[in-house]
This record gives sequence, structure tokens and C-alpha cells, in this order.
Amino acid sequence: MRTRQGRLAESGPRREVVFETRGLTKVYVMGEVTIYALRGVDLVLRSGELVVILGPSGCGKSTLLNILGGLDRATEGEVRYRGRELSRAGERELTDYRRHHVGFVFQFYNMIPSLTARENVAIVTDIVRDPLSPDEALELVGLRARADHFPSQLSGGEQQRVAIARAIAKRPSVLLCDEPTGALDSKTSVRVLEAIAQINETLGTTTALITHNEVIGDMADRIIRMRDGRVWREYTPERRRRPRELTW
Amino acid sequence: MRALHRKLFRDLATLKGQIAAIVVVLAAGVMTLIVFATTLDSLRETKTCFYQEYRLADVFVDLLRAPDAVGERLWEIPGVNQVETRVRAAIRLEVDGFPDPVRGHLLSMPEGREPEVNRLYLREGRWPVPGRSDEVVVSEAFAQAHRLRAGDRLRVIIRGSLEDLAITGTALGPEFVYQVGPTDLLPDYERYAILWMNHRALASAYAMDGAFNNVVLTLQAGVAAGPVKERLDQILARYGGTGAYDRTDQLSHRFLSEELDQLRVMATILPAIFLGVAAFLLHVLMGRIIRTQRGQVAVLKAFGYRNSEIGLHYGLLTGWIVWIGSVVGILVGAWAADAMAGLYLEYYRFPELRFRLQPRVILLAVAVAGGSAALGVWGAVRSAVRLPPAEAMRPAPPTRFRRGWLERSGMGQRLLGQPTRIILRNLSRYPLKASLSVLGIGLSGALLVVGHYQFNAVDRMIDIQYRLVLRMDLHLTFIETTSERAAGELRHLPGAVFVEAYRAVPVRLVNGPREYQTEILGTDARSRLRGLMDDRMRPVTLPPAGLFLTQFLAGDLRLKVGDEVEVEILEGHRRTLMVPLVGTVDEPIGVSAYMERRALNRLMREGPAISGVWLLIDRGQERELFERLWEKPQVAGIGLIGDAEENIREYMGDTILVFMGILLFLAGSIAVAVGYNHARITLAERTRELATLRVLGFTRGEVAWVLLGEIAFLTVLALPVGWLIGTLFALLLNRALAMDMFRIPFIMTPETYAFAAAGVMAASALAALLMVGRLQQLDMVSALKTTE
Repeated sequence: MRTRQGRLAESGPRREVVFETRGLTKVYVMGEVTIYALRGVDLVLRSGELVVILGPSGCGKSTLLNILGGLDRATEGEVRYRGRELSRAGERELTDYRRHHVGFVFQFYNMIPSLTARENVAIVTDIVRDPLSPDEALELVGLRARADHFPSQLSGGEQQRVAIARAIAKRPSVLLCDEPTGALDSKTSVRVLEAIAQINETLGTTTALITHNEVIGDMADRIIRMRDGRVWREYTPERRRRPRELTW
Repeated sequence: MRALHRKLFRDLATLKGQIAAIVVVLAAGVMTLIVFATTLDSLRETKTCFYQEYRLADVFVDLLRAPDAVGERLWEIPGVNQVETRVRAAIRLEVDGFPDPVRGHLLSMPEGREPEVNRLYLREGRWPVPGRSDEVVVSEAFAQAHRLRAGDRLRVIIRGSLEDLAITGTALGPEFVYQVGPTDLLPDYERYAILWMNHRALASAYAMDGAFNNVVLTLQAGVAAGPVKERLDQILARYGGTGAYDRTDQLSHRFLSEELDQLRVMATILPAIFLGVAAFLLHVLMGRIIRTQRGQVAVLKAFGYRNSEIGLHYGLLTGWIVWIGSVVGILVGAWAADAMAGLYLEYYRFPELRFRLQPRVILLAVAVAGGSAALGVWGAVRSAVRLPPAEAMRPAPPTRFRRGWLERSGMGQRLLGQPTRIILRNLSRYPLKASLSVLGIGLSGALLVVGHYQFNAVDRMIDIQYRLVLRMDLHLTFIETTSERAAGELRHLPGAVFVEAYRAVPVRLVNGPREYQTEILGTDARSRLRGLMDDRMRPVTLPPAGLFLTQFLAGDLRLKVGDEVEVEILEGHRRTLMVPLVGTVDEPIGVSAYMERRALNRLMREGPAISGVWLLIDRGQERELFERLWEKPQVAGIGLIGDAEENIREYMGDTILVFMGILLFLAGSIAVAVGYNHARITLAERTRELATLRVLGFTRGEVAWVLLGEIAFLTVLALPVGWLIGTLFALLLNRALAMDMFRIPFIMTPETYAFAAAGVMAASALAALLMVGRLQQLDMVSALKTTE
């Protein structure tokens, strides 16, 4: 079912389509319960865009992001990445796709606890072509000085910024952030969002950011609202704001 | 992948406690194989080299007396390589300061040249000067037992006349590796001696001038012994030949082979058990460690690491652990094997030990250890990489929960507190994991059972032998078959409380292709001093005709009661008779055949002849009795049963029980390692849940109970599992170890079970205690923040 109700805005000039989904459906069978996480999602993400996906918990945001990032597969429907059909890609193809094209930032940072900040970035730069050096990546998020600290010696916000450095060090073409500020206070959140916005602007990385925090929507080029596994509305905020202008 | 390698070493460092425990399990498994296989290999190699270099004979024969010219004819037998004819004399000795009777054999050596067959290794001193009649070389073991050196003197009684001889050196021979008296089971170096003397001197002292009474020969390569033995017997029959025999019936070789067989069984079964158990535990432990890293695997996958790269990472982690465990196992094992082989050299006398650590043994040990660890890791890594990373990044879901019987019955609510119900719910919902834990802990208990049971069983075996079978104090053998009257005379000696005569006839028992050389012991129908019992330990009465066999021997010869046994008599006029097997006796040490004494006399077509007597003596008059016995020329040897018992206890203590001691130590280490790892991983898996319970208001005690109660519960469940598996392992070992020399009774005592239970519980308690410390440090907030 097509639900493109709030087609209030179309983002700026026509840019290359990075992601395109059609009728994306995901069904989980958890024991004796069947959960419909996505019920036919159609959307388009364009190059260089910063899109914020908003919605209450359980509306299917994370599932959508995981499918876009090649971490999970749809039950039905299509996903295209720059014209390539991801829904039919094999395990090896998906791994290569994640390895060379996608940067992830997770809600709980997912640091490797036994590695320092620099090594946590290096774990990614070790396996890709032409990455930033770990130090450069950390520089971008303002954590060059903390490079030799272990995750347990860093605050939540710092860990999340390391996670961002780790995600962007491979110069990914898309950056997917799943509730990157979900575990952080508002002041720390702003610093993390600043880092994401800056990467989006300076490297032109297409960025999709999931949150249930309405305010964050204001930093987006475009907002996609989800409800019950469907895209409910898409629109452009009245004025795009810098993260530091946001308060909650 | 430098960062990933760094993670590898950091993980190794972080998990050091658990890894150390795994290394212990692994090293124990590897060590068991190395100890047994290397001891076996070293002894085998040592034996082969000594036999080859010192040319152990292939065929042996004793006879009454043949002129030297007959010896020349033996060279002409087809297939014969080298022949040595010798004089072999049974002797008695007196050693200054040693009051007990000493017996031995004196062998002739060629005048002025080395023997071609059964050469001697001269350890110390020199050979007797050719032509000298008062010089001897003595066996090293005997010399050491009495601290005899070259230059010391010995008084030797040869054919009733006393000779005063000078020792010129000490030596070892390949036919006396196991230097045991003809009727003994274990060497008694103080009371049994081997001496070598110039041929002419011995021949004249033993009335064998120009003659010989013993032949040893080697065969040409690839020649079978059978036809040569037959030809020898034909030639020597008229000179009182008692039947040629090959190495399999040579006393020293037979004992040594049996020992090696026993060691081979142990080297197969015990490492199989230990390495098998270690492999299983390794599989489980490594699997659980990987599962705790499930989230990290998912993150690596999310970043685009390939399954092969992740597999390699954990493969290397395992590789390091296997490497460390193997190195520890090999080093400690080799050290222990060297020490063990050294202990064997007390009983098996070789010039030197050739220690050999075989690469194939090492490879096998490492392959089994590495393979089982890899299997455990592979399963866990595979299940971790199989999940879509999105799912793997969430904690493992408790997929299907159902209300168990506990909830449904409602009994739990009434009888048990919430923490206990949590424990039971957990166990019932992860039955596979709980069963693996129970099996793992149970197996460590099973190893304790295997390590412990032989201590009691060996004690019991020796008790049976010396309380129920050999009830005499003294065992006298006569130089030759004697009239019954000799026993009557002994009754009047001071200190002789009770005297019982016996007849012993050397025989070869044959049943089709199976044969066994032993002796028929003729005793009173219901002997007082030599107990014979059936398999239910009831005394046996010998019937007036027919043969009894040790049960093990009857089985070995495939004979049943009622069968006719072919008996080849190897004494005097050699004949072959058919005698019915009328019953079997059960005895733990040695194998033999029995008949009523007079029935045996009839079989031999002789009057009431005897070969020796058994005595009960008055210990107070022991010295006087010995002196009087010593004066009797027909007494060939005096055996003290008490000494023999002491010897055998010492032997068991030195060999089998040392092995078992090592195993017990390893089993204990494994029990502690398994207990610790189980507790540690349970804690790792449950930190979040336990922290949640603390947040919800559970006390420290209650939370500790959730963890420790589970460990305690699983440990208790594991006890009967361990007993059962341990009993099966012990039974397997027991059956495999049953041999001619001794058969350890299969006796499982409550002490063994109690010991295994105590070991397992102590190990678990120790592990639990270590966990309590960690529980105290449980940080509720941070534990809840991390997703894994």
C-alpha cells in the first residue's frame, strides 16, 4: 500500500538517487508471535541528503535502517542502492557492500571493549580501500587526544563520537545512524549530532538518522515520519537548523 | 587486520583466568598421552637396542648334561646363526652382614672371549682373567642391593661345596632385564643373584667338565623358531633336554613384554579417556567463550568483515590457547615420562634409558586438542555469523518460553522462594546448556573416580593374594624332586609350626594353536597354606583326578570345564598327556594349573615325591630355623612370603600407583578448571540479569544465590553422572589391564565415590568462592548499560 501522504516537500535540486525501496515488508516470527515490522515502505534517498526518520518505538525505523545497511533482509519488496538490487544480493555481496559503502553508528556504540579508540577505528580502516587514517577520523570528531583510551575510559558521548569516526573513516557513501543519541543527555547529544552534520556537509555523505526525538528533525534536509511499519509523512522542515541551535 | 590481531591478544589477556583453566584441561589431556606413550616408546626403544646390541638369544634350552661334541652339531641345524653352550648352576650365596638366605644362578662365560649370544654389558670393573677359577662378575642389581664392588668377596655354595670367590666387576645381560627368581613374580635383588664365571672353572666345580647343560642360540634373519626348536629337541632328548623355548617363554622377556603390553593398554585407554574428556570440555568451554562475544561478532560483520575473516580470528584465538596448552602438556608430560621410565629401570635393568619423545605422539596430542577446540569454536562462530548482524547485535533472545511443570503445578510458588524459582526456571528452559554443564562437571568427577579406584583395588588385590592365597610364611624349594620323608624331617626343626609339602611340575598346556608354559602345582586336596578359591571366594577342594586352572588362563586358552587339555610335561621323561579340566580357580596374581598332589604323582608315574614345602613358622625362632635349613644340602631356595608381599606393594606403589597419582592430580586440576570456567561463564552470561535483580530490590544474598545456587544444583546433579561414567571408564580400564601377571579386582568402594564427589564439590565451591568476590563488585548501572 502506497502511503505518501505528506509529500509536502521535495529536497532541493534533483540529485542522484542513492536508495530506492518499493513495497518493503519485514515479518518477524518470534516464537508463537508474528510481528509485522514493515508493511510496504516506499522511499527514495538522494545523494548528499541528511534525512531524519522519526517515529515512536516499534514503528519499524530500525528495521528499515538495518535493511538499507545490508544488515538484514526484507521479507518482501525491493531495495536498490545506486541501482543495484540489494534484496537479491548474496551474503558475500552484502558483506562487500557493508565493507565499502556503509558506515554504521549504533545506539549503544558497540565498541570492541578490548581495543582503544584508535584501534576501534583501525578495525574498519584495516579492511577498506583508501580510508582516512584513524587519527584523521578521530580529528574530525574532535577526539584526537583521546585516541589511546579504551572504551571503558571514555564517556558515552565520547564513545559515540569514536563510533562516528569509525563509521566515516572508510569514506562511506552512506552513513546510517540508529538512535545515535538515544543513550546520551541533551548536551552530549548536540556534540554528537554536530559531528554527524559536519561529516554530511564536508564529505557529502548521504546520511540517514533514526530518532524518536522530534527536535532532531530540525537538522534534516528532509523528515520521514513512520507509523506502524509504514511511511506516514515526508516533509522538509521549515528551516534547517544547526544542531547547536536545538534544545530539548 | 592489525587491529583485529590486537583484539586477539587483548582478549587472551582479559580472559586469562578462563584461558588458564582451559589450558589446564588441555595440558592435562595432552600430558596423559605424552606420559604413557613416551614411557612406552622409551622402554620399547631401550629394549630393542639392548636386545640387538647384546644379541639376546632367539631360542633357549636346558638339559641335564651333554658332551661338548654335541654342541658342535647344533651349529649344523638349518637356520641357526650363532650357538653358545653354557653351564648353568643353581647356587646359594652368603653375603657378609646379610642374614637371610640368598639364592641365585651361576652362568659360565667363554674363556677369554665375549659370548656371541646373550652378551654382557660390563658396567664396572673387568672380566675374569682367563684360567682363573676364583673370579666372578655379578649382576649389577645384586651388587647394588648389597653395596658390593669389584674386589669384594662372596661365599658361594656350588653343588654343596663352599667356594670363596672374588668379584671382578658388575654386569647386565639382555636375558636378565627382569632379574627374577624362577618361582618369583617380582625381582628381589637382595635375595636372588646372577653370577658369571669362566667356563672351565664352573664346569669343574659343577661336575660338567667337557660338557654343558644350557644352550642359547640366535637364528638367521627371517627363520622361524619352530623347526629349529624341534630339531634341537630331537638332538638333546637323550641328554635330558627339557624342551627348547623361544623368547615368548623366556622369563625376563615374558615379564617385560607383559609390562609393555600393560603400558600399551594404559597408553591407549587412559589418554583416550583424558583427551576425550578434555576435548569435550574444550568444545564446551570455547563455545561458551565465543558466545559471550556474539555482539562483537555482529559488529565486525556490520563493518563488512567476512565470515572467513571472523572465523580466522577465533581460529587464531583457539590456536594460541591450544599452543600454550600443548606446550605445557608436552613439557610436563615429557618430564614426567622421563621420571616414570626411570622408575621402571628399577625393575627392568638396562644399561641406559633411551628416552624418546616421538613426533607422531606430539602431533597426535596436538591434533586431538586442536581439533576438539576448533570444533567447539567452529560451532559457536558458525552460529554467531549465521545470524543477520542486526539480530546478533541484540542479546540472544530467549525465544520460546513456556510455563514449565513447576509453574503449572503451583508447587514452586508455595515451597520455593523467588530466587530458587529463577534457578529452576533457567535450568528447565535451557535444558541443553544445563545438560552440557552437568556432563562437563560429571566428566571431571569421572576422571577422579578412574584416578582413585585403583588405589583401593590394588590394596584389595594384594590382600587377597597374601591373606587368602599365600598363607605360608616360608616357601622352600628343593634342588631336585625329593621323597615325602623330607617334609617329615622338617617338622621337627625348631620354629617350624606347620609343614605342608607340594609337587610342582613344569608343563606346557596346549589347546589347538594356543599354548602356555607354566607349572602344575600339586597340593593337598584342601590345602591349608595355599588357598584356592572359586569366583565367589569359596574354598575349592581338589578332586582325586583332573586339572584346575586359573580362570584367566582357562579363558586365554579358550578352555571350558569338561574339556581335555593337552599337557606336555617338561621334566624328566618328556611326555604329552590329555588331562580333563575339572574346574577353575580365581586368583588375582599370576596364573597356574593345580592338581591334587597324589593325583599329580600318579600322572608323573612316581611315588609320593615332592618339590618343596611351605611352612608356618614361629617368628621368634626364625634365625635358628634359617641356620638349620641352610645346612640342608637339598634346599635350593628359601622364599619369605612377607618379603614378597612387601616387594609387590612397593612395585605397585612405584609403577601403577605413580601413574594413577599423576592421573589423579590431572583429574583434580581438570575438576577445578571446569568448575571455575563454568562459574565464570555463568556469571558473564548472567551479569545483566543479576544486576537487574539487584535494581529490582533483591538483596546481595539473594542475587548470589541465583548464581551459586545454580552452580550448586548442577554440581549435585553431576555427581551421579560422574560416578556412572567413572565406573564405566574404570571397568574398561580394568578389563583391558587383566593379564597373566596380575588382574586387579574390579572393586568400587564407597570411598572412591565419596572422594570423587568431594573433589568435584570442592572444585565447585572454590570456583563459587571466586565468583562471590566478583558479585560484590557487580556495578548495577554499568551492567545495565551494556547490551552484552
